[in-house]
Amino acid sequence: MSIKLSELPAEDYFLPGHRACAGCGAAIAIRLILKVAGPNTIVASATGCIEVISSLYPENAWGVPWIHTAFENAAATASGVEAAYKVLRRKGKISHDKVNFLAIAGDGGTADIGIQALSGMAERGHNVKYICYDNEAYMNTGIQRSSSTPYGAWTTTSPPGKAIPIGKREVKKDVARIMVAHGIPYVATASIGYPLDLMRKVKTALEIEGPAYIHVHTPCPTGWRFESNKTIEVARLAVQTGMWVLYEVKQGRLRITYKLSKLKPVEEYLRTQGRFSHLTDDDIAKIQEDVRKRFEEFVEGYRQLGVSVEA
Amino acid sequence: MPKQAVISGNMAAAYAAKYARVDVIAAYPITPQTTAIEYLSQWVASGELDAEFVPAESEHSAMTICIAASASGARTFTATASQGLALMHEMLYIASGLRTPVVMMIGNRSLSSPLSIWNDHQDSMAERDAGWIQMYAENVQETFDMGLMCYRVGEDSRVMLPAMFCIDGFFLTHTYQNVVLPDQEQVDEFLPPYSPKYRLDPSNPIAMGTVGDPRWYMEFAKQKVEAMEAARGVVEEAHRDFEKIFGRRYDPFIERFHCNDADYIFITMGSVSGTFRHVVRELRKEGASVGLVRIRTFRPFPYEELREAISGAKVVGIVDRSISFGAMKSCGPLFLEVRAALYEQEKKPKTVNLILGIGGRDTTPSMVRECFKKLESVDERREFDVFWIGLRE
Amino acid sequence: MIREGAGFRELPPAAIVPEPGTSLKNKTGSWRIFRPVVDREKCSKCRICWLLCPEGCKIELEDCFETDLDYCKGCGICAQECPYKAIEMVLEEGSSIA
Ligand SMILES: Cc1ncc(C[n+]2csc(CCOP(=O)(O)OP(=O)(O)O)c2C)c(N)n1
Ligand code: SF4
Ligand code: SF4
Ligand code: SF4
Ligand SMILES: [Mg+2]
Repeated sequence: MSIKLSELPAEDYFLPGHRACAGCGAAIAIRLILKVAGPNTIVASATGCIEVISSLYPENAWGVPWIHTAFENAAATASGVEAAYKVLRRKGKISHDKVNFLAIAGDGGTADIGIQALSGMAERGHNVKYICYDNEAYMNTGIQRSSSTPYGAWTTTSPPGKAIPIGKREVKKDVARIMVAHGIPYVATASIGYPLDLMRKVKTALEIEGPAYIHVHTPCPTGWRFESNKTIEVARLAVQTGMWVLYEVKQGRLRITYKLSKLKPVEEYLRTQGRFSHLTDDDIAKIQEDVRKRFEEFVEGYRQLGVSVEA
Repeated sequence: MPKQAVISGNMAAAYAAKYARVDVIAAYPITPQTTAIEYLSQWVASGELDAEFVPAESEHSAMTICIAASASGARTFTATASQGLALMHEMLYIASGLRTPVVMMIGNRSLSSPLSIWNDHQDSMAERDAGWIQMYAENVQETFDMGLMCYRVGEDSRVMLPAMFCIDGFFLTHTYQNVVLPDQEQVDEFLPPYSPKYRLDPSNPIAMGTVGDPRWYMEFAKQKVEAMEAARGVVEEAHRDFEKIFGRRYDPFIERFHCNDADYIFITMGSVSGTFRHVVRELRKEGASVGLVRIRTFRPFPYEELREAISGAKVVGIVDRSISFGAMKSCGPLFLEVRAALYEQEKKPKTVNLILGIGGRDTTPSMVRECFKKLESVDERREFDVFWIGLRE
Repeated sequence: MIREGAGFRELPPAAIVPEPGTSLKNKTGSWRIFRPVVDREKCSKCRICWLLCPEGCKIELEDCFETDLDYCKGCGICAQECPYKAIEMVLEEGSSIA
């Protein structure tokens, strides 16, 4: 399956007038995801940037039914909608036969406070496609670190200082891998730097019955400190330097969807963003080493999770 | 034909959901509520009940799932207690804010710490301002009937609020009594299908759970108040219909026992009312002028009914099974509400707060007699007292 | 449609917005400092700018893709990503950069 740019529909279901910052990577992701999902979709959002910028009463930027309840429970909210549709359809109370159920949450709403609800949704096997848009911090509350913030990044709660010069001391949590370990039918990582790949993955997820998890890397000019026109470039560099790996695990088979013969130096990525400006050459060398190691051990790591690997 | 059955309070709650033709049940186990959801999952597994049973991974998610299912047009049920209800706290306000008429059974249980699986009312009282209808049952039959009542009132288009019916942990959840289970047709007549005006539906895309800034938030808070106030009339109407259809009559808000001419009146809620009623009957035989008011519907609070019932008394003993730590003399919440209801009265009785049965401590008839002595010995000139009954010094 | 300044009796319940896309009345074009200007000669209609615009405000015309200035926030992504360098960001009149 592939997605052709020339064949994409004109219709949008994430609509203009939303209040995201200029150049918001998350807004790009959500717009493209909704374009693939189409009108027969119900969205459950977690509290966070995408929720707040799309629903300042009485402004509604959604073109499909949309619900937000709280921060930590997008997965449970979507589970409830899905369960209701299942039984109401069975009882003949509603006629829609194919409705897409999307949960959309940020990295904080996914990797931290929402991971329990996400795990529950996946384990119970709800037919929900869960999208994590990863801007690598709690942006809505003003750029605080999340467990998905990368090592060495400045945030307002991981500020570099005399005692702790590095900024964030811990490495980024790998939620996609956690979801692979749940054994659900489809898990993918994606990036707005590779929009057609992202859209294809959404389409794939929607076509497979059962839970799916897509983790989309969505640079944030406001929180990462770069010019608003560089959003896509920054996203691409993350992939090309190996800081973000694009792959999918479909029915237990891993496929790297953007293969790199040679990694660009991580410095090219890090130096685009103010959040890394305090890093020394040694810090960068350490990050480079970590990326190299992770990249080399990537496939083996998945084999250990019991996943087979496509050539 | 309606049939007799000997069942527990938990089973009665489960039957209420079943007879209501619930669509989605989402729940998480916690003593003393657990068997209620076990029955439901068994009926779903056997095919006896056509519903989705969602074994949530926490009470927070259980409540979330019910809210979202209700927003999608499903009739929902959950049950919890104590720590589980406390964990739901955030979502309780969201349920009422989104106007999703979720129905929940509470098997009343103390809150940690120390950990206690035994009964008092601290858990549900802590949620009294969450915008939920709250009812308290005294026996197993009433548990079943209140479950149906919660759907009927909560889903009424004038109300559209979530509703909880509270039954005392173990005293009621695990007590078996003879009840009458109705015909399904009777329930269907009492309870029309749930059809909310707004629901999540791709053919009519709406947004629910938006951001309400200071230009708007207050109006929606007021709408919730209007709904709760409208529930007063709906509760009465529903009880009239209930009697017509099922032939059982309840006072919608408060039940009076020997109140008319009583100098001393107790106010209770829940299963402890039985012990009080028993002692009041005995005391009456002994010539005492004593009566009892049992509150059935706590939210909306029946302040007018209460005023009318107790304003002729000399002393009113308000029984609290929970504590409002740091309130005046750290009295109980029911005491606060009753006192507030009396404030406008020219002629008002003295009030005494009786705190008992905390953390499952048994309330015996002799303790009720001790309570009565406290009422009799009230000093007209003294300020109110808060007495702890059954406490070791 | 929800009337600005409506009272609680008039408003639909629960802060529900009963219709989609009401954000369209929020003209985010007013945020713009730089404006994308398309060189119609250079535009090959490859759709890249349309695909990547966070606002979804690129409109297909006969011979090129134009910008819906009602919503364009001037982020500059389209100009940056256009493979044909057909878009230039120019300072809006009345705007200045310090
Ligand atoms: C229970 C709870 N805790 C904290 C918050 C405050 N809060 C709202 S959004 C948010 C951060 C969201 O971060 P993320 O999920 O990464 O989404 P983003 O804003 O970055 O898009 C926080 C901490 C909340 N709304 N609810
Ligand atoms: S802070 Fe970042 S993620 Fe949030 S709206 Fe702005 S650009 Fe988008
Ligand atoms: S990206 Fe450039 S060439 Fe392609 S459609 Fe837009 S303006 Fe035209
Ligand atoms: S400048 Fe940004 S908002 Fe404006 S059209 Fe280009 S991509 Fe869209
Ligand atoms: Mg984030």
